[in-house]
Amino acid sequence: MLNTTDIRETIQMIQQENLDIRTVTMGISLLDCADSDIDAACRKVYDKIARCAENHVRACDDIEKRYGIPIINKRISVTPVALLTAAAAEPVMFAHALQRAADTVGVNYIGGYSALVHKGFAAGDTALIESIPQALSETTKVCSSVNIGSTRAGINMDAVALMGRVIREAAEATADNHCFGAAKIVVFSNAVEDNPFMAGAFHGIGEPDCVINVGVSGPGVVRSAISREGMENADIGQIAEVIKKTAFKITRMGQLVGTQAAAALGVPFGIVDLSLAPTPAVGDSVAYILEEMGLEQCGAYGTTAALALLNDAVKKGGVMASSSVGGLSGAFIPISEDAGMIEAVKSGSLTLGKLEAMTAVCSVGLDMVVVPGDTPSDIIAGIIADQAAIGMVNHKTTAVRVIPAIGMKEGDVLEFGGLFGSGPVMAVNRRSPAKFIGRGGRIPAPLQSLKN
Amino acid sequence: MGILAAITAKCAEANVNISDMSQTVMQDLFVMTMLADISQCRVAFTDLSDTLKQCGKEMSMQVHVMHEDIFNSMHRI
Repeated sequence: MLNTTDIRETIQMIQQENLDIRTVTMGISLLDCADSDIDAACRKVYDKIARCAENHVRACDDIEKRYGIPIINKRISVTPVALLTAAAAEPVMFAHALQRAADTVGVNYIGGYSALVHKGFAAGDTALIESIPQALSETTKVCSSVNIGSTRAGINMDAVALMGRVIREAAEATADNHCFGAAKIVVFSNAVEDNPFMAGAFHGIGEPDCVINVGVSGPGVVRSAISREGMENADIGQIAEVIKKTAFKITRMGQLVGTQAAAALGVPFGIVDLSLAPTPAVGDSVAYILEEMGLEQCGAYGTTAALALLNDAVKKGGVMASSSVGGLSGAFIPISEDAGMIEAVKSGSLTLGKLEAMTAVCSVGLDMVVVPGDTPSDIIAGIIADQAAIGMVNHKTTAVRVIPAIGMKEGDVLEFGGLFGSGPVMAVNRRSPAKFIGRGGRIPAPLQSLKN
Repeated sequence: MGILAAITAKCAEANVNISDMSQTVMQDLFVMTMLADISQCRVAFTDLSDTLKQCGKEMSMQVHVMHEDIFNSMHRI
């Protein structure tokens, strides 16, 4: 028998605490679309996406109505396009094919304009990476990601240097549009193959032909749970328990939506990504959760420990709730998309240095960080190298999504609008890593024993 | 006045049976929860949902129509 308290709790989570399904992402393999004739390849890409995702948006809309849960984004991820450009040149044509397909099926974003170069560049990789700024400035829905390091392969420093330049060029190419090109690029270390979240989603080569992955949300729900009556003097262990229970409920919702969407579309269900994804909406903030635990403001000493506790508890609760957990799974800390993070940066409490420490224990890395417009590509490459090293050594996914705000300086605010929010321009250390970055080559993979 | 009558009339029109109901006041808000059986429902779930939401809107009330699977999956192990 249904309990009315449970019913009201669910409705309150959705109505007042911003609980939603952040994304239902359909992963589509494009491996059967390779063709040495670029026009034929693009046609195959368009046809396959249009065929597989024809009913994707409608199925999600039906589920949204049936269960009363908002599904914010419907997206598509595809096989890293570099694998197709190996057979056909002119990679930008693929970006346009992806855009056309995304427009036809009505999804918000399509990810997979990607290359995996953690150990070196294969045919097609360099051409694709160099075309990213042009591709992202000429399209609106296409997202790009490049994996430049892994625990088993080390870090490809040539790719790190290249990505520093590509991010700058993408920002410059979209300077009249909030430098948004750079917000659609993610540089990964240890990228995962089933991530449903943009801009880093791509459909890994180990995945089935077509699959449904779901990303949940819910920072507002977690914060609300630990601010309830009786939690005022709770010890840390009790806080972890409450987070676990809340994550369980959120994940069960994701699991239900994912399996229903997969069944409606006749494709296998992939994973639920347990990530706590904040939005700029008041209350839907990961920083507020940390502050609710007892920090004066995000960025204070103790922030890294509080985030580690949060990240771990979310995973433990979520793993119990779903038969298939994957993706990035943890707490995201995107600056521009989190009201509490924005305030902390503006007040000077949260600096890039502290943020880097937080990325060692969060689910991804430096996300939606706006840096001054005159930041040289070498410094961006240095930021990427540091993040990649944290991921490589700690066996975790790390990522960099930095946006050089062309024409802006520290203290200014770059407005994106919508879910992307607004990013205060953060100070960067101006000492040059140019010689280190310019050496090129590969940082060897780390030792897997003698762990201290 | 007439909230219960209006909602149940719409349910009856769609051949939806009310199997349980509770009413309470929470934070000065009137809250009514109904458990309805849609197995014999004559219209699509989304149409029923739209009709009841519109009916609530006309009375300046908010109506949520949600399949019970969501509550069972979130609150039961």
